[in-house]
Amino acid sequence: MLVTFPHMGSAYVTLKALLEDLGVDVLVPPPCTKRTLELGTKYAPELACLPLKINIGNYIESLEKGADTIVMAGGCGPCRFGYYAEVQREILKDLGYRFEMVVLERPQGNVRDFIDRISLLTGGKSIFRVISAIKRATGVSIEMDNLERLGWEVRPREIKKGSASSLMKSFHSEVHGVKGTREINSLIRDYRRRMEQVETADEDILKIGIVGEIYTVIEPFVSIGIAEKLGDLGVEVDKSITLSYWIVNHLIKEALHMHDKREIEEAAKPYLKNFVGGHGQESIANTVIYKKKCYDGVIQLLPFTCMPEIVAQSILPRVSHDHDIPAMTLVLDEMTGEAGYLTRLEAFVDLIKRKKEMARDHEKKLLSRG
Amino acid sequence: MKPRVGIPRALLYYNYYPMWKEFFERLGAEIVLSELTNKKILDDGVNCSVDDACLPIKLFHGHVIDLKDRVDFLFIPRLISVQRSEYICPKFCGLPDMVVSLVNDLPTVIDVTVNMRNNNSSLRKAVLDAGRYITGDVVRIYSAYKSSLQKLHEFQRKMEEGLTPLEAMHGGKPSSFKEGIKIGLIGHPYNIYDNYASMDIIRKIRGRGIGIITQDMIRESEIDRIAKTFPKAMFWSFGKKIMAASEYLIDEKKVEGIIYMVAFGCGLDALVGDLVERRVRKKGVPFCLITIDEHTGEAGIDTRVEAFLDMLEWRNASKCW
Repeated sequence: MLVTFPHMGSAYVTLKALLEDLGVDVLVPPPCTKRTLELGTKYAPELACLPLKINIGNYIESLEKGADTIVMAGGCGPCRFGYYAEVQREILKDLGYRFEMVVLERPQGNVRDFIDRISLLTGGKSIFRVISAIKRATGVSIEMDNLERLGWEVRPREIKKGSASSLMKSFHSEVHGVKGTREINSLIRDYRRRMEQVETADEDILKIGIVGEIYTVIEPFVSIGIAEKLGDLGVEVDKSITLSYWIVNHLIKEALHMHDKREIEEAAKPYLKNFVGGHGQESIANTVIYKKKCYDGVIQLLPFTCMPEIVAQSILPRVSHDHDIPAMTLVLDEMTGEAGYLTRLEAFVDLIKRKKEMARDHEKKLLSRG
Repeated sequence: MKPRVGIPRALLYYNYYPMWKEFFERLGAEIVLSELTNKKILDDGVNCSVDDACLPIKLFHGHVIDLKDRVDFLFIPRLISVQRSEYICPKFCGLPDMVVSLVNDLPTVIDVTVNMRNNNSSLRKAVLDAGRYITGDVVRIYSAYKSSLQKLHEFQRKMEEGLTPLEAMHGGKPSSFKEGIKIGLIGHPYNIYDNYASMDIIRKIRGRGIGIITQDMIRESEIDRIAKTFPKAMFWSFGKKIMAASEYLIDEKKVEGIIYMVAFGCGLDALVGDLVERRVRKKGVPFCLITIDEHTGEAGIDTRVEAFLDMLEWRNASKCW
């Protein structure tokens, strides 16, 4: 059995660590490329959202390399993600691929069924071993997110341009050579130290918060590396949704009924009173929260036809107006061209830079008068 | 003067209007409907909503704009779930919020939440909340709700006899297409029954002497029976109905072919449509997918529908030989 899974940014690091700890043979899918996207676009329904298409591309590229089992997450609506696995299975079967698809989703009443699916993967290892491996893998996801976050902080401030990006690049090539949570964790920590040593200039820089649909926020291939692009433009970014956030809040806490959504619900309440699936409510709430944290702007990312984020997109202009925080929405699909995209990013950064300067000038005037 | 409650003729109007009408009229309100969908409503809707919204959502905004200056209240319920473990669609969960953000100068919006995903108690609360906008008399609200529920069941029964929602609302008679070709016309009710959005497809098909069966004309028990056989429970109520209906119509040999009408930008239809198409094609039944959007040219749709119907007729004729 050779197990594969779809790509989502650095999520593969966590998944690889988890499966390796469980003694499963893993095939990390090749990184997303134009071919991945082309394969996905060719076989997926035309109006399906972009993540579904890229997943299909990932699967095909992995199956070509000999994988025979696909692990995929599931859900129970109302976002389309919950039905991804069903559609993807049908598509691949009709294409003639032979494979097994293991869908991991929160058990709907039938816990036995969930445990069966896991032991199908792990070859009947005890459930305690599985749980402890999940715990360790969660740790990896947190470490990984911290490393990336450090990169977003360092990039706009680094003196030698490109240092942070080249460190991340070399991390991703080295991680393939190590196995299991322990080795991976120590590699991450090693890179964290090296990242901390990158020489930076202490400047007052712009800060942009990124909200939106989880896949487009996390996978740099579809957002054309928005965090790096903004970093190179001298902007520090923060992503409101990360893999560890999703694992900790949606997988673990929700299963234990401990997920506390009050902060999100309170912040979104004047604009969006209800959960709309995916992270639509979070997009609205986090825009408000970013303003409170003195960010200079917010960018919303969503794949074309994403239902929850369209609700958020409809409401965002009002939030942006009421809270005086510039917000821009970028809709991503297989047609997204890099040049047009960059122009919009640069224009947005110029705009918030100017806004900040004007506010500062205004303040100075008031002070000199006073 | 009676309070005027505005109901946009869009989205779930086609599923629940007789119920809403009875409810508010029993409470002493006057119902005001938006105009039938027309060019102006479409343009207003397109102009005020975000580009990426689907056609039905844009139309809904257009209907709200048409109504808002003529009424005291606008009825925009937030229907999250109408059946256990199911949803309608993410956009319905945030519908009132979208309208309030995008349309200015609205009258009071009757925004009540129906979420029967986990239990039915939210329905009772929603009914009370909605009624309180009109009257404080709880007993009256309950009795209005009871009789409105009766109206809803009557309405649904009429549809099961083969009437479209509009015919059922206006006291039409079951169509007389007992013999001859029948096709399944499936899709979200607000796409297939809105004569402007659907380019009058029902009249065009029937005009050729061909009968139609929509998913709403199939008994609920049949839908549920088939839905239980899906490998994974379908968590969208409309999606479930559409998938189960197409399967039922083919397995029971009720129809010669299926037309599935989808709206551009509809997230459900993108996935459900693909699943249905794969299943229908495997069973060798003619299938036609028609996508409608704000630009749809009527001539193009006509040509496709006519070609599809011609093909069915030939197929049927050659079978007789």
